[in-house]
Amino acid sequence: MKTLELRGVGKSFGPVVALSGVDFSAEAGDVTALVGDNGAGKSTLVKCIGGIHRIDTGEILVDGTPQQLHEPRDAARLGIEIVHQDLALADNLDVVGNMFLGRERVGRLHTLDENTMEQLASQTLASLGVRTVRSVRQRVASLSGGQRQTVAIAKSVLWSSKIVILDEPTAALGVAQTEQVLDLVRRLADRGVAVVLVSHNMNDVMQVADSIAVLFLGRMATQVRRKEVTQTQVVELITSGRSGELGLPAESRGATQ
Amino acid sequence: MNVHAEPVVADKKPQHEPVPAPLIAYVRDYLARLRGGELGSAPAIVGLVVITAFFAIVHQGFLSAYNLEALVIQAAPIIVMAMGLVFVLLLGEIDLSAGTTGGLCSAIMAVLLLRHGQPWWIGVLAGLAVGLVIGFVMGWLRARAGIPSFVITLATFLAFQGLTLILIGGQGSVILPTGSPLIALENSFVPIWLGWTLLGIFVLGYAAIKLIDARGRRQSGLPATPVVVIVAKVVVVALLGSAFTYEMGINRNLITNAFFSNKAQGEPWAVVLLVLLFVVWHFTLSRTRYGRHVYAVGGNEEAARRAGVVVSRIRISVFVICSGMAAVSGIVAASLLQSVQSNAGAGNTLLLAVGAAVIGGTSLFGGRGRMIDAVLGGLVVAVIINGMSDLIQGSNSSGYEWVVTGAVLLLAAGFDAVVRRGRSS
Repeated sequence: MKTLELRGVGKSFGPVVALSGVDFSAEAGDVTALVGDNGAGKSTLVKCIGGIHRIDTGEILVDGTPQQLHEPRDAARLGIEIVHQDLALADNLDVVGNMFLGRERVGRLHTLDENTMEQLASQTLASLGVRTVRSVRQRVASLSGGQRQTVAIAKSVLWSSKIVILDEPTAALGVAQTEQVLDLVRRLADRGVAVVLVSHNMNDVMQVADSIAVLFLGRMATQVRRKEVTQTQVVELITSGRSGELGLPAESRGATQ
Repeated sequence: MNVHAEPVVADKKPQHEPVPAPLIAYVRDYLARLRGGELGSAPAIVGLVVITAFFAIVHQGFLSAYNLEALVIQAAPIIVMAMGLVFVLLLGEIDLSAGTTGGLCSAIMAVLLLRHGQPWWIGVLAGLAVGLVIGFVMGWLRARAGIPSFVITLATFLAFQGLTLILIGGQGSVILPTGSPLIALENSFVPIWLGWTLLGIFVLGYAAIKLIDARGRRQSGLPATPVVVIVAKVVVVALLGSAFTYEMGINRNLITNAFFSNKAQGEPWAVVLLVLLFVVWHFTLSRTRYGRHVYAVGGNEEAARRAGVVVSRIRISVFVICSGMAAVSGIVAASLLQSVQSNAGAGNTLLLAVGAAVIGGTSLFGGRGRMIDAVLGGLVVAVIINGMSDLIQGSNSSGYEWVVTGAVLLLAAGFDAVVRRGRSS
């Protein structure tokens, strides 16, 4: 059973068809890369899964059960967490404050239970093998891009999300930091999370993904195991929607037909 | 530092390196925060000490009991207003109308008392209620209608000034009834024994909270503030409080004879009000979910929204708190003057309070600020006004006062900007 499965998902904005008949799946323990050129519909697809956009046709199944996703809260309830590119972290709060934002623990007299939150934050980071964050009491403003991404990802672990969607997690990072984040992505999947990695970067995708889904002009060109394709084939799929036997049939490319 | 907290600490050090003593770790942490641009109250405390020392040297009697009392009752309305403004500033908003809101609320109170014969507490409640409603309306206009707070509060700044003028009328001022508890707030004094008792309760409470916190952290296996540091802080608070309470115990009324034996000794009641307000708001900001959400919205609105914080509710609430505190400030100011003037809360009232918050360390850009900022900054502003008025006599004295206050504000805001730049680079 797939942790997340999309069947024939379509989404239009007025006359513009953003997605049409998209099938997609992500399994627990796998990193599923979602790739495609600009405008291929990656963001729209992510927003549909996150409950920000409502789908017009098709269905979204979580653990095999069809689900209605009307708003982000619905997605959160199902254990779907989206780690956005622009990093939804508050600079002026410390690591603990950010990881528990909106879900703070309160103790007696309704006061913040800082000790429990700090312990849980530390344990979560340690369990992910994160060793770059000096103290969970330092403000996020003082962290590097990679560390910030780490905190954002660790947040999803803390809330034991089943499905974590990472939107371009390495876009603004240097080589060493990219490596750290990809490590973390791998470990996240190894914990049994279904990880969806949205990325432009072929190196990242080939390095860390187990499965690759290629969007082309709003349609799913193909979803294959990483081992079955080469980087050249993936690039071809992204740019033309097909590569040899893989991809969309030659006569019906694109969503506009 | 404790073993349980270690996994996230950089692991470059070999395991056998001796764990640093808690005190060394604490000092190292503090210095790291300073370098990171988290200066906390340090600049305000240094500034307060420096200018107090300056005025104490150039002006004999600056630290006399008589002058200290004057300084405290002068600072009270500024500090109260600054406390409310901290909330608004934390969201990166501004309330230009806090001064005239306070003026309007105190005018409503005075008119109810004197023209409608209501008891004082009805007047106070009415003033406070009006303040809260004003805050709600302005917050609603900002959060729901999306009008910039600068514009909303500029409009209300002007309008409330007019309303106060209309209410108070041509006489220019309404004198509060003598002997009313309202006047007593700023002009009568806590009995000396009670002053010491309250100080004792405050110091013991402070020590207890700090020690319980530290014990809780140690029990949870987290690095805690060393007991030495807690003791040092408690001793400093106790010493400052004792020095203040002792000096306020000196009789400041020099005309004591058979007919007029009224002694002026003990701290003004306004001090008790200030401490109460400080404790309540400090607790709210630092220990409640609400306070955490205020900081989150000020730091990154989008992050707060995605985390499920209802941003508009937080935004409205800070305006309600700010205007409510402005009303309290207006009432304190009325008590100080024993009257409500037709220009109450106009002029530089608001600017001094904003200046106080910023000098104390609250950022105008949102996200950074604490309740102690209002207190320390308010004291700095009061010391400057008080010291300058003693230093420069004559018709131009208030001119110099304004120039110096402006310069200090610019210095503080410039400092804030430099610190920010240093951090973002």
